[in-house]
Amino acid sequence: MTGGGVDLKPAQADAEGGSLILGDEALILPAYVPPKARSLLEPHRLFLMAVFALLVFCAIWFMRWDWLPKYALRLVAGIWQTLLMLFSTAIVGFLFAVPIGLVQVTGPRLLAWPAKIFCTVIRGTPLLLQLWLLYYGLGSIFAQYPEIRSSFLWPYLRQAWPYGFAALTISFAAYEAEVMRGAFAGVPRGELEAARAFGMGRFTMFRRIWLPRAIHRALPTLNGETVLQLKSTPLVATITVIDVYAVVSRIRQDTYLTYEPLLLLALIYICLTGGLVAAFRFFERRIPTRRA
Amino acid sequence: MDGLFPTLQLLSLTPPGWGGALIAGLVASLELAVGGYVLGLVIGIAAAFGKLYGGPILRDLMEIYTTLVRAVPELVLILLLYYAGTDAVNQLLALLSMPAVDISGLAAGIFVIGVVQGAYSTEVLRGAILAVSPGQIEAARAYGMSPFQVMRRVTLPAMLPHALPGLANLWMIATKDTALLAVVGFSELTLTTRQAAGTTKAYMTFYLAAGVLYLAVTLVSNLVIAVIERRAKRGTPPLGATS
Amino acid sequence: MKTIAQTIGKTIALAFVIGAAAFGAASAQEIKVGLAAEPYPPFASPDANGKWVGWEVDFMEAVCAEAKLKCVITPVAWDGIIPALTTKKIDAIIASMSITEERMKTIDFSDKYYNTPTGVIGPKSEKFTATPEGLKGKVIGVQVSTVHQEYVTKYFAPVASEVKEYQTQDEANQDLAAGRLDAVQADSIALDAFLTSDAGKCCDLKGYVKDDVAILGPGVGVGLRKDETELKTKINAAIKAIRANGTYDKFSKKYFAFDIYGG
Repeated sequence: MTGGGVDLKPAQADAEGGSLILGDEALILPAYVPPKARSLLEPHRLFLMAVFALLVFCAIWFMRWDWLPKYALRLVAGIWQTLLMLFSTAIVGFLFAVPIGLVQVTGPRLLAWPAKIFCTVIRGTPLLLQLWLLYYGLGSIFAQYPEIRSSFLWPYLRQAWPYGFAALTISFAAYEAEVMRGAFAGVPRGELEAARAFGMGRFTMFRRIWLPRAIHRALPTLNGETVLQLKSTPLVATITVIDVYAVVSRIRQDTYLTYEPLLLLALIYICLTGGLVAAFRFFERRIPTRRA
Repeated sequence: MDGLFPTLQLLSLTPPGWGGALIAGLVASLELAVGGYVLGLVIGIAAAFGKLYGGPILRDLMEIYTTLVRAVPELVLILLLYYAGTDAVNQLLALLSMPAVDISGLAAGIFVIGVVQGAYSTEVLRGAILAVSPGQIEAARAYGMSPFQVMRRVTLPAMLPHALPGLANLWMIATKDTALLAVVGFSELTLTTRQAAGTTKAYMTFYLAAGVLYLAVTLVSNLVIAVIERRAKRGTPPLGATS
Repeated sequence: MKTIAQTIGKTIALAFVIGAAAFGAASAQEIKVGLAAEPYPPFASPDANGKWVGWEVDFMEAVCAEAKLKCVITPVAWDGIIPALTTKKIDAIIASMSITEERMKTIDFSDKYYNTPTGVIGPKSEKFTATPEGLKGKVIGVQVSTVHQEYVTKYFAPVASEVKEYQTQDEANQDLAAGRLDAVQADSIALDAFLTSDAGKCCDLKGYVKDDVAILGPGVGVGLRKDETELKTKINAAIKAIRANGTYDKFSKKYFAFDIYGG
């Protein structure tokens, strides 16, 4: 059963009105003990599976799928673009999230406030709006300056993906920074004091104890955050990046079919999400991160 | 376009300024968010109770619903449900040989947001219901209350403090998800902004203005949520070490 | 605690009332005319009041008055306008949609109500023609699911460096002005409205493309569902009538110095 684990973001919010904490749901809610895993072959499951198989059969039989071979290659390219967007923005976003989260816990006010404002603003406005602001708003301002138009950056700024990349990275950084803030704050004082007692300098202590322990604590939430990020990627199709969503939009327009391409798209995303969740499960089993 | 100053008058509340149109868009967004959120809560309560106390088939169906909705991007769900929802209602009515109804864009939008929100609130509420100590529910039953009375008088009020943080987060998500309806052409804040920006070519001005409006909604919501949480937590022992 | 439960109860009740109202309010007999929810001057664009204005809005009002239909403007996203029609979200499309064989497989059209040539625009600083040779190596922008997209895909995509697809015409124009595109192909009148605007100062018309009726179609018609012959007859009669009694020319003169009905 993947249901409980796909994405628990809303359930993990803390009392501050929407910000996240991690690994603490057990403190708010007693741990949910799932009923004993039931076999897949119970009678009612067999019945449900039969109904499901019938539905799939109907979908294949009564709907039009003849366009599929023609677009197969483009779909694969689209999926690749989606995954590229997902992983590049998640990794770069995470690298930004660490310092942004840290300065909110320990930094001077001069840094903590801008970081706090950054998180509030990004998390308080829709990603779609941020994307269009960057692409159409900022893009049209860039175009007014001949210096930018003649610079070496222009060939990149002309394209759409840098804006999509920037918007998704910023968004991931803001959400994950909130997680990292909680993670840094949640590392037990005693461990830091012990490090100091060993005579570690501030930087050594940060590098050897604080950062690794915080990342350790934040890892379980990465799963949910990455799934959310995957679900945000189709928005870049609205600024002409050709991801899998854009390919399917194209199929819809070419074939005038309403449901079939969208159903296929939903199926593709379900598979991608399932793959992500499975991959994270695999890694989580290898790194014991569950309880810090 | 030369800088931001000359375009600021475009935001005035009366035409030729677009401020009024933006406010109307904001109202439409809020209608969608409130409607979708409440519908999501109704679905969530029903599905959470179904998941916890329903028969095996109901449980599995609820599990499928929450898993599928949370695995597919909201944008794709919105496209599917926006067309399929209306279509399904009308075909059902046709089967019953009843005349087709017109489903307004607002109703379709609320339905879409509600179905998406429902899956998330199911999980939030299920966790919160589980946090109510079984003794309270058993006591209510011992008093001879019907299951519905138990739900209304004991389970729902007792789980609220546990559910509030999650529900607050969901409200934030609901307000931001309404922006996705711009993609199907529903005239809420983001689409109105896009139209205003396209007509006047003052892209930066309008997108920033819309951003300020969304941010204002978030900040005001945060204040209201803080007040509600303080009220709801009165008299309850501190939950765990952190809160 | 009790008050919160009561509040929730009331809210749920309210939700049902709102839902019922939303259903009930729209059940009168009307024709919902879908137009693309984007600025497409001079044919249809929203003004600051949120009202739709333009030639096509005037045309719609004239046709509906003539055919005695109660028409309600319903903005729909352009790339979903045909699904919106087939799933009965709207009953007719009046959104500068060209009559084509491909679309006829899914929906029906009234007789044409205007026909204009197709143009290509580009930055003033560059000289090229609206031919495959001229557009070689260029980045071309078109609006999705238009005849222009199909035309560009067939004639220019093999030689162009890239074809970019936009959800709205206005965003393609904007990207041309922002220097992200080298050329945009669209209806010549819509392009003209852009070129005469402030943002269009950057660019000029590079020429009209060679006609291909199979793709570009014989003109623009009202999109209808296939089974609605009664509505189609009414609308066709109304178009004929406003052409004959001078209404068509009267409101067209407000926008154009020439006859856009075409040959």
